[in-house]
Amino acid sequence: MSSYTLPALSPVDEVAVVGRAQSFTKRSIKKDSKAAALRLIVSMIDLTTLEGMDTEAKVKRLCRKGVTPLLDADLPSVAAICVYPPMVRVAKETLAGSGVKVASVATAFPSGQTFLNLRVEEVRQTVEAGADEIDMVINRGAFLSGDYSRVFDEIVAVKEACKEAHLKVILETGELGTYEQVRKASFLAMDAGADFIKTSTGKLASAATLPVTLVMLEAIREYFLATGRVVGMKPAGGIKTAKQAWHYLVMVKETLGDDWLHADRFRIGASSLLNDVLMQWRRKDTGRYQSGVYFSED
Amino acid sequence: MKTYQQHEQSRQDREEMDRKQSNRGDIKSAGPDVESTSPSAPQPEIPRLLFGDLWDYDPAPESTEPFPIEKRYEHFIGGKFVSGEDYFPSINPATEEILFEVPAAGQKVVDQAVAAARSAHQRYWKELSGAERGKYIYRIGRMIQERSRELAVLETQDNGKPIKETRDVDVPLAAAHFLYHAGWADKLDYAFPGAKVSSLGVAAQVIPWNFPLLMAAWKIAPALATGNTVVLKPAETTPLTAVMLAKIVQEADLPPGVVNIIHGAGETGSNLVQHPDVNKVAFTGSTEVGKLIQKSLAGSGKKLTLELGGKGANIVFEDAPLDQAVEGIISGIFFNQGQVCCAGSRLLVQESILEPVLSRLRNRMASLRVGDPLDKNTDVGAINSRAQLEKITSLVQAGEKEGATMVQLSCPLPEKGFFFRPTYFTDVAQSHRIAQEEIFGPVLTIQTFRTPEEAVQKANNTFYGLSAGIWSDKGSKLFKVAGALRAGVVWGNTYNKFDPGSPFGGYKESGFGREGGLHGLLSYVEVK
Amino acid sequence: MAAKSTRSKAGSESKARATVAKTYKLYVGGAFIRSESGRVMAVKSGDTFVANCARASRKDFRDAVKVARGALSSWSGKTAFNRSQILYRAAEMLEDRRAVFVDRLQSHAGFNEAAAEREVSVSVDRLFWYAGWADKFTQVLGGVNPVAMPFFNFTLPEPTGVVAVLASSTSPLAGLISAIAPVLAGGNTCVVLTDHDAPTIPCDFGEVLATSDFPGGVVNLLTGSRSELLPHVASHMDVNAVALFGGSKEERVLLETEAAENVKRVRCFDDPPVADWASSDHQSPYWIESFVEWKTAWHPVGL
Repeated sequence: MSSYTLPALSPVDEVAVVGRAQSFTKRSIKKDSKAAALRLIVSMIDLTTLEGMDTEAKVKRLCRKGVTPLLDADLPSVAAICVYPPMVRVAKETLAGSGVKVASVATAFPSGQTFLNLRVEEVRQTVEAGADEIDMVINRGAFLSGDYSRVFDEIVAVKEACKEAHLKVILETGELGTYEQVRKASFLAMDAGADFIKTSTGKLASAATLPVTLVMLEAIREYFLATGRVVGMKPAGGIKTAKQAWHYLVMVKETLGDDWLHADRFRIGASSLLNDVLMQWRRKDTGRYQSGVYFSED
Repeated sequence: MKTYQQHEQSRQDREEMDRKQSNRGDIKSAGPDVESTSPSAPQPEIPRLLFGDLWDYDPAPESTEPFPIEKRYEHFIGGKFVSGEDYFPSINPATEEILFEVPAAGQKVVDQAVAAARSAHQRYWKELSGAERGKYIYRIGRMIQERSRELAVLETQDNGKPIKETRDVDVPLAAAHFLYHAGWADKLDYAFPGAKVSSLGVAAQVIPWNFPLLMAAWKIAPALATGNTVVLKPAETTPLTAVMLAKIVQEADLPPGVVNIIHGAGETGSNLVQHPDVNKVAFTGSTEVGKLIQKSLAGSGKKLTLELGGKGANIVFEDAPLDQAVEGIISGIFFNQGQVCCAGSRLLVQESILEPVLSRLRNRMASLRVGDPLDKNTDVGAINSRAQLEKITSLVQAGEKEGATMVQLSCPLPEKGFFFRPTYFTDVAQSHRIAQEEIFGPVLTIQTFRTPEEAVQKANNTFYGLSAGIWSDKGSKLFKVAGALRAGVVWGNTYNKFDPGSPFGGYKESGFGREGGLHGLLSYVEVK
Repeated sequence: MAAKSTRSKAGSESKARATVAKTYKLYVGGAFIRSESGRVMAVKSGDTFVANCARASRKDFRDAVKVARGALSSWSGKTAFNRSQILYRAAEMLEDRRAVFVDRLQSHAGFNEAAAEREVSVSVDRLFWYAGWADKFTQVLGGVNPVAMPFFNFTLPEPTGVVAVLASSTSPLAGLISAIAPVLAGGNTCVVLTDHDAPTIPCDFGEVLATSDFPGGVVNLLTGSRSELLPHVASHMDVNAVALFGGSKEERVLLETEAAENVKRVRCFDDPPVADWASSDHQSPYWIESFVEWKTAWHPVGL
């Protein structure tokens, strides 16, 4: 057991954060810059299915969609397919050779409420099954009760179990209450070895927002400038439209700069977003506003 | 693995060394034209951010085509547009092209306008019930909203400020000012307990070029609500939206002469405020001219309000929300190219956090977009006039000469037009001109302090007293410091926020009287 | 009853004893001082010499502004309740000396007894009235502004600073108090110049102030010539506001012209005939408002 102490952090003012986040939505993204944004967005998507009713067939379809989002379109594959642990093997097989990663939500997702040894074992088996990336949830109960060392140790244990797999640490910001807590949790997760920090499980009504992502991006920036260590960012949940997504890109560009405008450092956890991006892409190519019936729903 | 805390100290040491090495510097990773250090040969010990053009925004100019500008505009007197003499051009400061011309009002035109206002006051406006006055004022507010795009596009061309500001700040706030004051017109009996208020008569109003439409709204709305009639003179470099406002007043069918708008430069303004049949003078502009007006009205008995210059201190304490404070620093000094009387032009940073603040500020400035004001992505537009640009330039030169260290955004500037790069100075002494004089441009001076007392003492060490900002997460400290600052507007954990219900105005040589809110009404009534 | 005049002629009251004559001085910084110039004005009642009264010079004015500036933080820094209590205390002290003032007003200023009684009553009541305002006008005239953003936004009055008062030349006590009470209630400090035929009355009032727990320098009373000192009042760069009672057109022009040099707030008030000062037209919370600066503060409301 370690005894982890949170660093002294400057506070966060909610009103100002919300105001700044809002300002990113005022950027006008047109023409080439829009096309480039759409391509970037696709390349950054962790295309996700996390349902009790998921089947291997469903996952296979999703994988194929992720590899080739739109036929005859000059679009990249998505960054990763994100599934529950039992679906990792089939995803891995389906995606073989595509370059698309397999991500999986381990650690008793979404609540995280089981014994640490079971969570670590879940991660170990998921990695063994072929997951390239593990999306873990932090122990919000421990965090909210002030037991930062426990949260820290658990992340360290999971990171260890990840071996070569990348670790994304989900803060579940909707349960943390304030932006200051989000900022603290971000530093804690980064200190414990997170490769990415991620806003949400997507299982709560309050998921990724621009302000909460801004607070996390600023934490990443501060951490990077202080330590030189690069940490990625993944907002997840609630990003449904291309326009919403490029607001995030604007924010990344103006907060962390060019180096973070890459799937290695920025991901968007989403499911319905992809089709909206594809509709925008078709609109760009054809000049016609699109209808959903022309786009596959896998 | 080292934790954040362990890294922090060594980073601060490195940055300090880095800073000392480049004593006078540009913001390196600022723009696409600037060569950044290649990723393969970085200075590995200093992590840097690259704000480049890997993914950039295409030009997104707001269309001017739906809103043609005529070759010539006129005075608006007695409900009609009347031609004049001595036409002079108004140029677009971003292109230096002539947009249109307006006449300069001589004494005769001033007399005419004041007579129209007097007659309107006597014949209609004074007699009209507050409820009816309110409906007219309300119409103006609504019509500004309806024509908001046009007003924003025209304002940006005449003034040089970015379309995002005219669209999101100037025009909506101007409309809000009329809408807010419309509701006061029939409630004045409740505004001042125990007192009977009455209108003053004819108000002569002279406004500056930095917020042309908004200042017109700040002046006209409360004057009308309190039953006065007005003669307004917009600044000679920015008469366009005042003309549009005159058209709106005409379309709103206000009784003729209630609002009169005449054009011209200083001499016209001087003739207007000194006109013997004027009862009230309201001036927004420089302290220098404000003093001349105050002198010229000596013994006249005219009620005077002055909203003059400033040298606002923006104080950042070590317990501030730093990332947000940097936003406040940016909006404090680069909003409207710093051409704001209440600009947070003096940054006072607690010594212990100077480096974290500077590092954030540099990175934040690197993403500022300077250029075509009509582009929706432009953050910093054009300086309003060549004269103003020259004034800024000469003060910045004085700053360098006096030994302060200048850091400037190294972005490309348009070939034509009056542009100035966002700039800050460190190593600034209180005695430097740049720390004392109002620069009225995108130029920030940065000084440090050690204790709250020192911060207050430095903030108050000026003959100005318009505005200040305080950044601290500690409410009790914030309120204590706010109480000690001699300034009419104090922003806690924010900067440059305006609202029609929030009184605005200065202490000391920043003027007297308030605009906006309940207290702004006092400037336009006689209290008995 | 007190003696009819300060220097009663030997024999008028007692053949055995001459009274001890009082020296009328300026009241500056909580002390009674002579003019640095050494000048005095002879005060007469009719043809009869009454007393010599110090005649303030421009240097006296300058010194008084300096102490008023020095006293500003201690006066404005007090709680409004405390300022109120001290003004009430001044009313008590004045009431307590009613007999002296009634006497002086008759013997020095030519009031008849009824007029003197009324002048004192008005004065006490006016002080009492403003004392009550000191901790209320903020509530009545200040406010919370409902801005369209998540901010707590409020507007509060703060003292303008050092106020020069050119007091009534008709009413040596009620006019004087009507001028300075709103200035003090607002938290300002002041330098008062009285140019009245009976300058001994303001000097006596200094003794009321001196026993009322005002920090030294909050009120500074000068007696002298308005026309002599006006240019110096108008041009002083450390005076924030001027209250002018009465005054000719020329005086207003001079005052307002020079005042512009540091953007002084100049407030001009009537100086009605002495009997009219009793009217409630000459007291108003808006007179307090004349000597405050409105400060608007914004504070975010967020988590």
